[in-house]
Amino acid sequence: MLAQFKKGLLKTREAFKNRFESLFGVNELDEDFFDELEEILVSADVGVKTTEKIIGLLRERIKKERVRERSAARELLKKLLVEMLDDNQQASLAVAPSPPTVYLILGVNGVGKTTAIAKLAYRFSSKGKRVLLAAGDTFRAAAIEQLDEWSGVVGAGIIKHQEGGDPSAVIFDAVNAAVSRGVDLLLCDTAGRLHTKANLLDEMKKIYRVIQKSLGEAPHETLLVVDATTGQNAIAQARLFQEAVPITGLILTKLDGTARGGIVLAVKDITGIPLKLLGVGERKEDLEPFNAAEFVEALLA
Amino acid sequence: MLFSGLSEKLQDTFRKLRGKGKLTEKDVDSALREVRLALLEADVSYKVVKQFAASLKEKALGAEVLKSLTPGQQVVKIVHAELVKLMGETQSKISPVDNPPGVVMLVGLQGSGKTTSAAKLARLLKKNGHNPLLVAGDIYRPAAIKQLEVLGKEIAVPVFSLGKEDPVIIITQALKEAGKVGNDYVILDTAGRLHINEELMDELIRIKKKTNPLEILLVVDAMTGQDAVNVAQAFHEQLGLTGVILTKLDGDTRGGAALSVRAVTNCPIKYVGTGEKFEAFEPFYPDRMASRILGMGDVLSLIEKAEAVVDEGKRQILEKKLRSQSLTLEDFLEQLGQIKQMGPLEDLLGMIPGLNRAGKQLKSLSLDEKQLVQAEAIIQSMTREERLHPEIINSSRRRRISLGSGTTVQDVNRLLKQFEQMKKMLKQINALEKGKHKRRGMFPF
Repeated sequence: MLAQFKKGLLKTREAFKNRFESLFGVNELDEDFFDELEEILVSADVGVKTTEKIIGLLRERIKKERVRERSAARELLKKLLVEMLDDNQQASLAVAPSPPTVYLILGVNGVGKTTAIAKLAYRFSSKGKRVLLAAGDTFRAAAIEQLDEWSGVVGAGIIKHQEGGDPSAVIFDAVNAAVSRGVDLLLCDTAGRLHTKANLLDEMKKIYRVIQKSLGEAPHETLLVVDATTGQNAIAQARLFQEAVPITGLILTKLDGTARGGIVLAVKDITGIPLKLLGVGERKEDLEPFNAAEFVEALLA
Repeated sequence: MLFSGLSEKLQDTFRKLRGKGKLTEKDVDSALREVRLALLEADVSYKVVKQFAASLKEKALGAEVLKSLTPGQQVVKIVHAELVKLMGETQSKISPVDNPPGVVMLVGLQGSGKTTSAAKLARLLKKNGHNPLLVAGDIYRPAAIKQLEVLGKEIAVPVFSLGKEDPVIIITQALKEAGKVGNDYVILDTAGRLHINEELMDELIRIKKKTNPLEILLVVDAMTGQDAVNVAQAFHEQLGLTGVILTKLDGDTRGGAALSVRAVTNCPIKYVGTGEKFEAFEPFYPDRMASRILGMGDVLSLIEKAEAVVDEGKRQILEKKLRSQSLTLEDFLEQLGQIKQMGPLEDLLGMIPGLNRAGKQLKSLSLDEKQLVQAEAIIQSMTREERLHPEIINSSRRRRISLGSGTTVQDVNRLLKQFEQMKKMLKQINALEKGKHKRRGMFPF
């Protein structure tokens, strides 16, 4: 399932693997083990605080279970990380009891929202579902054209207005169109916005309200897109977006590079937002559902 | 912000040691640990931090720290100075063109902000009297060419495009065109690509061989984490970068990537992107970046922004008024206008050290842009007489003002109350100063 992600990781795997082998190859559990573990986690963008927390928890478990070997400690670590990432929160996406299902996609600039939407659309349209896209990024030049081109590629309809228009109005029209056309899924694109800009967060809240008002239960998923190359700022992003509207999950993009995306551990730990989807390449097929065990395996591969 | 300022932490560390007499190497080690953590929290690469901490230790062990009465501040000072040194002490700008046209290639990962930066750079060059040409070389991302064309139109800079032709051919044709028209700078926007994508990296190498660029600038998102070193190293090894553009600095990221990239490529950061508008493109100031990475706020930028909009003469008059407590609503209105000119409030607040940590608390301070607009509207609905002597504003005047400004009487009351409180506060401050209380410096050093 994570073939693409793993393939992407292969290129830098060697260097990483060597470190890990030195970490787990020697079977003696000493302080070096924890120092090396710290380096591995921090280098994967897990962040100092979450790394310290993980190491603290691991030490407790090692003591409790009387583990004396690195190999056994490694298994404990994996288990711990899987638990942190997936505390029985389903990674599956919510579907409305009666269509249309509406997903709202949010994020800062350049994280890959539009591409993620195209991939999501393909995921559903290839299973015979009718998908409609809402071109809610009316700000960035040619963003509407970008989504328009994708809609043809992935076989989805599109509702669009002029550049510079009111995004809430596009979304309003799209929700109504989704209902009247009887589509299964409506995916709402939005402009990239930094989490520090109050006016843009207000605009986003308005979009959310418009969806809510037009269709009681919707949006069924409000997904925050996070770039895997992002460092500690992703925590602030998740926090402030979550304060503005209820975020139901993360899409972690650009995992086909050398970034490990360890920041999701910190984001999950601090905000509780579960990871739901992974972007692992440039093709329309390159979107994978999140699986904690496989993700941790790839993270520590 | 999740992380409190480094100087505060260091002061804590050393406070514990107070009264211990002479500081030892171990004490310095614990201080350096704080430095290390601060840099890691700011996303500086683990390896770069390690090297930096090692080189720092020698300097910190120097007699000046150990003998100092304020070792915490001494360490911060050294760290700050070393960071500035690492990031290049002087400002670096785009190279002049000797033999036009000079090619400026923008390269980087997807979503780092190449197309926006290309337009911003073109606008800046044009403003400085140059005649740039933008070239649309991103043939992969849907509508990328259109995006550049739209931006070019907005800044009135020509855009050369050949659709989805091989980028090497596009740039070759563009250079011919530039030769004919007489463009001095040719700015090539390239597709976002992964540094491990051999095929696409090869495309850039071919462009480089063909055009012998004046500048190859790596565009890096300031929010990038530990991966920044891998990306920068790979691009630099394959292309030989000449500089860096750091984007999206208008957020609250500490921007440690700046240090990582500089450390592995040794290339100067030439420009920073600080917003969605075309003008939000500035030269890079290493000292400010160092403060930002250390979580000390960007005081210098704030001061510069204030200086840019505040007329010195007016400032002196205002100061006099503040001191003589004859501040009127008229002055208040002018202040509001100036604050607005300085840009979004939250940006300004983020630049103040200490404040950027307050995070949530700030929000409850309700320094909302909307309130500023409202306050402005209310004051504008007053007569000059009312602005100078707010005490004459009775209930019928209040009603008139609220109607005129589209607010409620309560809003008008609130504003008048706030103004009274402000005057009171000024009185207290003045009294304090007159009482020869030594004013504590705003900055720890």
